[in-house]
Amino acid sequence: MACSFPEEVLEHVFSFLTSQKDRNAVSVVCKSWYEMERWCRKRIFVGNCYSVNPRIMIRRFPEVKSVELKGKPHFADFNLVPEGWGGFVYPWIVEIARGYPWLEEIRLKRMVVTDECLEMISKSFKNFKVLVLSSCEGFSTDGLAAIVANCRNLRVLDLRECEVEELSGHWLSHFPDSFTSLESLNMACLLSEVSFSALERLVARSPNLKTLRLNRTVPLEKLSTLLQRAPQLVDFGTGAYSAEIRPDVYSSLADAFSGCKNLKSLSGFWDVTPAYLPAICSVCSLLTSLNLSYATTQSPDLTKIVGQCYNLQRLVVLDYIEDTGLNTISISCKDLRELVVFPSDPFVADADVLLTEQGLVSVSQGCPKLQSVLYFCRQMSNSALISISKNRPNLTCFRLCIIEPRAPDYVTLEPLDVGFGSVVENCKQLTRLSMSGLLTDRVFEYIGTHAKNLDMLSIAFAGDSDLGLHHVLSGCDSLRKLEIRDCPFGDKALLANASKLERMRSLWMSSCFVSFGACKLLGQKMPGLNVEVIDERENISSIPECTPVEKVYIYRTVSGQRFDIPDYVRIMGKDKDGVYDLS
Amino acid sequence: MKKKDYKVTAFLLFFFSLFNFFKTNIFTSTPNSPFPTCTLLYNHFCILLPIMDTTFTLAAADYGDEDELELGLGLSLTSGAYAPSSNGPISSQVVGWPPVKTYRMNSLVNQAKFSKNEGEKGAGEDITSKKKKNINHENKNDETVTKETGHSGFVKVNMDGLPIGRKVDLNAHDCYETLAQALEIMFLKASTNASFIRTEKQQRSRLLDGSSEFVLTYEDKEGDWMLVGDVPWRMFLGTVKRLRIMKTSDANGLAPRFQEKNQKPKNKRIELKK
Repeated sequence: MACSFPEEVLEHVFSFLTSQKDRNAVSVVCKSWYEMERWCRKRIFVGNCYSVNPRIMIRRFPEVKSVELKGKPHFADFNLVPEGWGGFVYPWIVEIARGYPWLEEIRLKRMVVTDECLEMISKSFKNFKVLVLSSCEGFSTDGLAAIVANCRNLRVLDLRECEVEELSGHWLSHFPDSFTSLESLNMACLLSEVSFSALERLVARSPNLKTLRLNRTVPLEKLSTLLQRAPQLVDFGTGAYSAEIRPDVYSSLADAFSGCKNLKSLSGFWDVTPAYLPAICSVCSLLTSLNLSYATTQSPDLTKIVGQCYNLQRLVVLDYIEDTGLNTISISCKDLRELVVFPSDPFVADADVLLTEQGLVSVSQGCPKLQSVLYFCRQMSNSALISISKNRPNLTCFRLCIIEPRAPDYVTLEPLDVGFGSVVENCKQLTRLSMSGLLTDRVFEYIGTHAKNLDMLSIAFAGDSDLGLHHVLSGCDSLRKLEIRDCPFGDKALLANASKLERMRSLWMSSCFVSFGACKLLGQKMPGLNVEVIDERENISSIPECTPVEKVYIYRTVSGQRFDIPDYVRIMGKDKDGVYDLS
Repeated sequence: MKKKDYKVTAFLLFFFSLFNFFKTNIFTSTPNSPFPTCTLLYNHFCILLPIMDTTFTLAAADYGDEDELELGLGLSLTSGAYAPSSNGPISSQVVGWPPVKTYRMNSLVNQAKFSKNEGEKGAGEDITSKKKKNINHENKNDETVTKETGHSGFVKVNMDGLPIGRKVDLNAHDCYETLAQALEIMFLKASTNASFIRTEKQQRSRLLDGSSEFVLTYEDKEGDWMLVGDVPWRMFLGTVKRLRIMKTSDANGLAPRFQEKNQKPKNKRIELKK
């Protein structure tokens, strides 16, 4: 069907489409729209780097300026994916360097990035502007030096929780003196000291600097110097926030903060000396985001500060905030959208902190815009969950971690099925859910019935039988990511819902009852899936087929099986080199 | 789970498998399923795989008395295993639980060590030294622990004969015992489907008392290989770079063990000098 709009008009219209979903929808309308769209797509997001081949991507989308890739499965964050599993970005960088010489932005999450990759990036893209590495590893400060030295137009260097080999702090000094385009620098995860004078000079010659997140080695006494040089900052992360209590240091810090009229976000605060916390009071009412999750101070100190942040939208804090602190927040922070409470002592059974389910209930009552919750606690009840869900039907992300696996409702000793069931029933826009505590198959029945918008589900130590998994796979229409550990789910539900797996990004199951035979069958029957069995035991070939695998990671792919697998990974059921005879 | 709970659970599971063995479940294919129908007997213990060309879909049918199911599987889950024990860490023995990023764990513990050592410098209460139970306070040698500058939580562990190493989070442990037990689970036990928490004290790890054919060693900051267990735990944390599970026969020439003040006398020692 010939399109009556001239191409220029369509191109102009498409330029307003930024979301990947919209662009994907537009590209399947007709051939000419497909062609039109592919030529003007500027940003690509690949949620699983093994789902597609970079050459396919480059062939289809020739004008891309920004690439975002994710590598390892989410559970790699918790040490469940052994080293060497994959997520190597090098092959992508090689292809992209060839295919997109004008690339401007690279964003990577959970990938292995080597110094060689960073050097290649720094030399291949003349107009390179943005590098964001989240939870990446494999590179050293030498690689950073290459980026910093060679990328003349660099705007953003954002290292989020990366594991970096720290050879020295000299990388920062490699920013050329003529370099003035820096907008965002996040070095919070680095542990080695950088030259403060180099840092100060860099800040001084970066008029567009909006984000500056320091690492721990920058002492509190020097913060005011930096803030005075960059009063235009919007997002600031302190270094170690401790020092001897000295009035002159305190007042210059407080003055420096009060000079930052645009500050919206604060983070850092390692090793907090509580007496210095009030230095930020002048900006509290400006803050929309506050991360105190490394501030190991008592509730009153924390509450005094957070209680003044009337415009706060995002709060990340340790359980030292306690129920009383959360109660204050529920009264003072009426604009709160996201709450994250991390545990200070995750590995002891009895907490020294008075943080219970009550804290979360009061925030859910008091904060009408609360949408996203990540909450670690040691006790929960069905009635609390029901209250939360009724108070906040607008929740989109609910992640609850009760520290003890399989902990029941602490009041009734019943499973928490009804509580979580209430969450999925009342919160109709829920897209992400993580559950914990004692849960039977019943909760999965609720989820399958009600959670129609659920995109990502994380399950641990839950369920009784395959029926649980079957409810989820057959009922959750929007489910794309499912990760399961230590649940009695096996072959039946998996094989019965094989076609569902092709409509999902990925499924992770570890310490469950999925057998080698089922994985092989699934791999053979579903050419669009890679069924990766991750198993570090010896003599796998002589294990009977009905033995459960240690871990299996299943994902849809159009690029076939991958060949960068370590010894302990087997791609099951594939014809070429991938068939492993387990008979 | 306690031993008697195993027996109860095993009995009940066996009972159910018999109970369900006599029920047949008819499976029908849905229009969307590409696979033809088949009939299958449901068996709890060993899942019978369908014949090559067939698979099945589950009917939303009755799966047996749910109360009985709960009785069978819930019994051991709600008693014993849940009750939080006050005798120290439990969740630390389960890999990756609670789901806190390793980056965060390393940061928090680095903080604790940092603030302990800089105690004189900062004024005001430092909550970490008071509230952190799993830091050993009594040991005077803490004063000599140097500030950690690297990611002190995870260290690499290699075992002789295995090409792929693992990483273990030292901060999840507060004594050699739990560390050795965790390593035994990782390397020496065949099955890793252990989805339960061990709450009772286990016997002394075989890796530490010399009864196994393997022995646990570590490389310290000076590059020397030492036997694990020689020095107080906190000092070990401050000096360890990586671990190696070595064959006992190869463990000669290592620094000899001396009697630890904190530990019970061992009955068996590894012969170090041949």
